[in-house]
Amino acid sequence: MTRNAMIDEWYPVGLASQLDAHGRKTALMGEPIEVRLGEDGNAEVTGGNGRVLPACIRYGHVWASLGDPQKPLFAIPEADQPGRRLVDVGVVRVRCSPLRAVENFLDIAHFPFVHTDILGAEPHTEVQNYKVEIREDEDEVWATQVQFYQPQAAKSAEGGITTQYMYRVPAPTCSILYKTCPPRPGEWDVITLFVQPLAEDLCDVWPWMALFDDETPMTDLIHFQQTIFVQDRSILENQIPGLLPLDPGMEIPTRADLTSVAYRRWLKRHGYTYGAQLVAQ
Amino acid sequence: MKLYDYVLSPSCYKVRLMAALTGVALDIRPVDFHPGAEHRGPELLALNPAGSIPILEDGDLVLTESSAMLVYLAAKAAPQWLGNDAAGPAASVQQWLSFSHRLTASLGAARLHEMLLRPGNIDVLRAQATAALRELEAGLVEQRIRGQCFLASDRPTVADIACFPYVALAPDGGVSLDPYPAIRLWSRAIRAIDGFIEMPGIHRLHELKPEPVLEGGEA
Repeated sequence: MTRNAMIDEWYPVGLASQLDAHGRKTALMGEPIEVRLGEDGNAEVTGGNGRVLPACIRYGHVWASLGDPQKPLFAIPEADQPGRRLVDVGVVRVRCSPLRAVENFLDIAHFPFVHTDILGAEPHTEVQNYKVEIREDEDEVWATQVQFYQPQAAKSAEGGITTQYMYRVPAPTCSILYKTCPPRPGEWDVITLFVQPLAEDLCDVWPWMALFDDETPMTDLIHFQQTIFVQDRSILENQIPGLLPLDPGMEIPTRADLTSVAYRRWLKRHGYTYGAQLVAQ
Repeated sequence: MKLYDYVLSPSCYKVRLMAALTGVALDIRPVDFHPGAEHRGPELLALNPAGSIPILEDGDLVLTESSAMLVYLAAKAAPQWLGNDAAGPAASVQQWLSFSHRLTASLGAARLHEMLLRPGNIDVLRAQATAALRELEAGLVEQRIRGQCFLASDRPTVADIACFPYVALAPDGGVSLDPYPAIRLWSRAIRAIDGFIEMPGIHRLHELKPEPVLEGGEA
């Protein structure tokens, strides 16, 4: 069996704000790990056999890798822009493939049916054409020129607007969404989904946001995003097959699924197959 | 009336749902239960030493038990939700209100364990949840034989609202509702009540909405 390429990737393993010397036991790709605050003020993450894992603190979270990361953690330049509110949404565990969690985040077509009256509403169900590419230089999946009618696109949105979106996948279990920012036209709100793979069919999801919104109380921002994600959770736990199918014979995608198609192709190309089904059964 | 509320809490949802069904306007005060644990902070502990939410404030009155809040809302705005006051039905309402705590302690704790990583022995919680669901299923079957769709009457009462949320969210804690046909019919009946509102994980009945009307130019 070949070594899974996902071993060398970075994964979120906890909230930086909840890091303490006592430590927290969790897991990464089936291996028990422990995350604690080191004496030097940095995060200290140890693997199942006590070995020290590469770790860093970024975007409100502690990140670690089981292997030997070939690059530093992906950049989110907007996260360092002054004036943004950084929102730790908190963990939600989902009994699903970590890749399924990311793929669902990339999908727009389900908005009117799962996030009814918030991110979508009937009869505005059409997903208009958008552009998808695998950017070779950055080695990332990007979807741009995405737009969708939304009754309440963000906590700061008053009434329905047509929202512009860009989606970005910089790592196999992380996605970043750039979205129309109602109080500051010209800027993008940043909403991320950082997924910690516990097992091939179990993950801890750590949503995080960097928003221009000086009005809304922090708790309201957290609750808005938790509402959206927990609406998805029951759907994610009932998808069949549980693992993300990478065999093109398994499903027939439509135009609205272009981002998912590119994501699956990119995963397959890199051998990012932890949580994937390679041959249709 | 001010409700200290968490959007993912089934107990808080009971109160929001009851208020919606009885036409009472609530002033919602969101509490950062997760990840902030604000309910364990000094401000809320001063209000409720038990450290739980919801908390309902109305003038000088402070309620910290969700069943009491349901009774308060119903008595104030829509007494028909209290049920029939004859001895048998009145006691039945009280029986199910008390029973609802077993759902919170089993299904609710299983859900918190599976979803928000709270501690607990998941196998024990699921076994307790299964016992409670079987009892509820039996109660609903007996009601159907009597020709009644709801727990304590032929119309919904506070007892139904007290029991519904944790039951509807059972799958969140890995407890399936597939073996309980009477519970599923009852859940459908509750979701079909005029003025019903949803919460994350409890979906509205899409098929009961009017057919969408296509606007000109859309096809």
